[in-house]
Amino acid sequence: MIQTDSRAPFLTLTGISKRYGGVRALDGVTFACGRGSIHAVLGENGAGKSTLIKIVSGVVQPDEGVMRLDGREVAFPNPAAANRAGVVCVFQELSLMPDLTVADNILAADPPRRFGLIDGRAQRRRAEELLASIGCADVDPRLRVRDLPLSRRQMVEIAKALAKKPRLLILDEATSALTAADVERVYAMLRRLKADGVAILYISHRMHEIDALADTLSVFRNGRHIETFAKGARSPDRIVELMIGREITAQYPPKPRRSRPKPRLEVRDLSWGERLRGLSFSVGSGEIVGLGGLDGQGQKEVLLALFGVLKGVGGTVTVDGRPHRPGSPAEAKDGGLALIPEDRKTEGLMLPMSIADNLVAASLKPLSKGFVIDRAKERAAVADAVRRLQIKIGNADDAVSTLSGGNQQKVVIAKWLMTGPGLILLNDPTRGIDVGTKQEIYRLLRDLADGGAAILFYSTDYDELIGCCDRVSVMYDGRIVRELEGDAITERAIVASALNMGNRVPHHG
Amino acid sequence: MADAALSTAPRAARGGTLALRLRQNAGLLGAIGLFVLFYGVYNLYHPRGFSQQVLIQNANEVFTIALVAMAQTVPVILGGLDLSVGAVMTLVNCLASHLVAGGPGEIGLGILACLAAGTAFGFLNGCVVVYGRIQPIIATLATGAIAIGLALFLRPKPGGKLDADLSWAMTNSLGDFAETYGLFGDGSGGGQAPWFQPIAGIPVPLVLLVLVAVGVWMPFRRTLTGRTVYAVGSAEGAAFMSGLPIARAKLAAFTMAGFFAGVGGLFLAIQTSTGNADIPQAGAYTLNSIAAVVIGGTSLLGGTGGAVASVIGALVLRAISFNFRIFDIPPLMQPLVEGLVLLAAVSLGALRALRTRNRLELFR
Repeated sequence: MIQTDSRAPFLTLTGISKRYGGVRALDGVTFACGRGSIHAVLGENGAGKSTLIKIVSGVVQPDEGVMRLDGREVAFPNPAAANRAGVVCVFQELSLMPDLTVADNILAADPPRRFGLIDGRAQRRRAEELLASIGCADVDPRLRVRDLPLSRRQMVEIAKALAKKPRLLILDEATSALTAADVERVYAMLRRLKADGVAILYISHRMHEIDALADTLSVFRNGRHIETFAKGARSPDRIVELMIGREITAQYPPKPRRSRPKPRLEVRDLSWGERLRGLSFSVGSGEIVGLGGLDGQGQKEVLLALFGVLKGVGGTVTVDGRPHRPGSPAEAKDGGLALIPEDRKTEGLMLPMSIADNLVAASLKPLSKGFVIDRAKERAAVADAVRRLQIKIGNADDAVSTLSGGNQQKVVIAKWLMTGPGLILLNDPTRGIDVGTKQEIYRLLRDLADGGAAILFYSTDYDELIGCCDRVSVMYDGRIVRELEGDAITERAIVASALNMGNRVPHHG
Repeated sequence: MADAALSTAPRAARGGTLALRLRQNAGLLGAIGLFVLFYGVYNLYHPRGFSQQVLIQNANEVFTIALVAMAQTVPVILGGLDLSVGAVMTLVNCLASHLVAGGPGEIGLGILACLAAGTAFGFLNGCVVVYGRIQPIIATLATGAIAIGLALFLRPKPGGKLDADLSWAMTNSLGDFAETYGLFGDGSGGGQAPWFQPIAGIPVPLVLLVLVAVGVWMPFRRTLTGRTVYAVGSAEGAAFMSGLPIARAKLAAFTMAGFFAGVGGLFLAIQTSTGNADIPQAGAYTLNSIAAVVIGGTSLLGGTGGAVASVIGALVLRAISFNFRIFDIPPLMQPLVEGLVLLAAVSLGALRALRTRNRLELFR
């Protein structure tokens, strides 16, 4: 390796910006990361951390700005190019191919070859060595990745990154799926790499991990690089403040002041594999209850479990006092539930079908006479839904894909309101929607609650939880770690419990 | 500390390689079982069962569909379907009826030209898919029609004539092959060398089948490109993130399909000694190739399976129809029985749904 000034940063970004449609994901970011350093990147959901690492590792290209590696200007058109330059990323979403074996995956890009053919035996040996170096000798490299549990897959992913001999290693929430023992092994490996002069960018939501590992911290907020400082230079409170910032956003309808209503949905010891670890909570008639916390702590699974999407769910759920055990979304719907799904383009809408067809998709039974859909009733229902949610449409027979994001989301919500649900589950319903529509949705939720519905609301936007919810349950690692009510729902409280601060013991089972 | 565990834990925790292989290829094992069952029954009830004659006849009947099934396998592993394999087979069949005749040199060149034509057509399929960004199933539906059109242009009516010696040599036993071309002789005639006698009875088509599988498919599977075909079928996004050559793999997959289909078409011409642009036959070969792929245990979703498994699948399909001859099943009943067997075989693959714990994943 060429010896250069070891104090000069290995990676420098200057004025890097990236837009997705109208959203500025990164805004003129200038950032540096040195050799032999574990550099933690902190920020709320949507602060721009993911975009940052995607740019550095060649998954997306910046709109403007300059990236330098080892002093030389670089541009990575794809991940392979970044890998060749020694920039390797362990992604949060796994980059493993489930039908290939562990060894095939670990050495996917550059397997040992003889006469141009992959040398299976050498590849297996190399994979075994790499797995052993992170203390994963129990993983058989001949197994298919599909057959491994999630925590092992994550370790395979890390071994795969090491196989590329990184000079800059990026870990994006790489430990979120690991067991406590594995986390320790990964720490040891990272410290070894650091001693070898590798630059490490470490993205984690777990403060205790950052405390244990990092030497330098950078805070991002709203696509901007706010500050970089040495570990210990800022108090945890100050770090949280830096992450939150002070920004005014949407206006929210007033919350009613009253005592807690009788529960309509009661959940006891809800569990599902390793993702849900025994949650209990309730939602009353007329109440909006928020699910908070960092992305991926089990919030989505709670909604999916209640809606009959998951198999093998443990615990008891009652709705209006009756046991609720839906075997499918259809049964959940018959039980009076509605779920506004996470991804409206795949789970919420049938994009090529018309607005009208989408609006009535969940209510075809009541709109039918015998086996035939009653056209007149259908038209009336569609007109009613469009009026009620003030969906801006040209013609109800146009494809729903022609609408704007906000109006598309209104169609999804209207579709479910047409079923007259008593319990409404919302999975991040305002993501990628303009502020105006957001406010309409907040207003609508409050109106629905006032009309007697019970609402369970997951949002990645804390501001929204504070503005809309009567109560907020903050989740961490498949559990509810804190329930906030009334004036206790503050950004500081949510962020602090979301990071599980003050609980320095690793939270693994 | 962690390394200390390495020396003992892995070996103890791991089963033998054989046991693992068996578990990972349960679908293929099922197909082999089906084949042994159907082919065993057929031979038991055949008046001249377990004889060389029957074996040679069956080998000839199996070869073309086995090759077309291999052709179909590669795009399927990639996660697509190639609806042109039967048509490419037919095109090369018609081309061979013009080119594979004359002196030894002409025959040799003709064979090479036929194989090159199939390969080139496959490569063009790949180009349409990769650079035209068109889904394989519809791209190959169109190019398959083009191939049939070209075949009809070459052979408006069935006909042509292939070299008779070649036809005889390729469709009989190794002994007949050696005798025809005066190979492995002991002075009194071809094929009489003592060392040659134990293998002289093996049908030539079987030998060819093994040669193609071992000489072309197996090495391909072990190249980086070959592995990328599996990787793309398994998770294209992950393959991209892993920095694998995706475009090259897609081109290679369709090119391989063209080559295998070409070999099948060439053999069909040699076997029947004619070229015939038979449209229903081309369609039947394409559909049967998909059936053979599935019976062999390759998932239509891509990422798993292999061409050798599809050969077994083709053998199963053919063995079923052999039995129709023995048991006098009326022709009108045959599609029904074939359909039921196919349904039973693919149902094994549907067991996956029982294990999925998030029902949404079934739709991904």
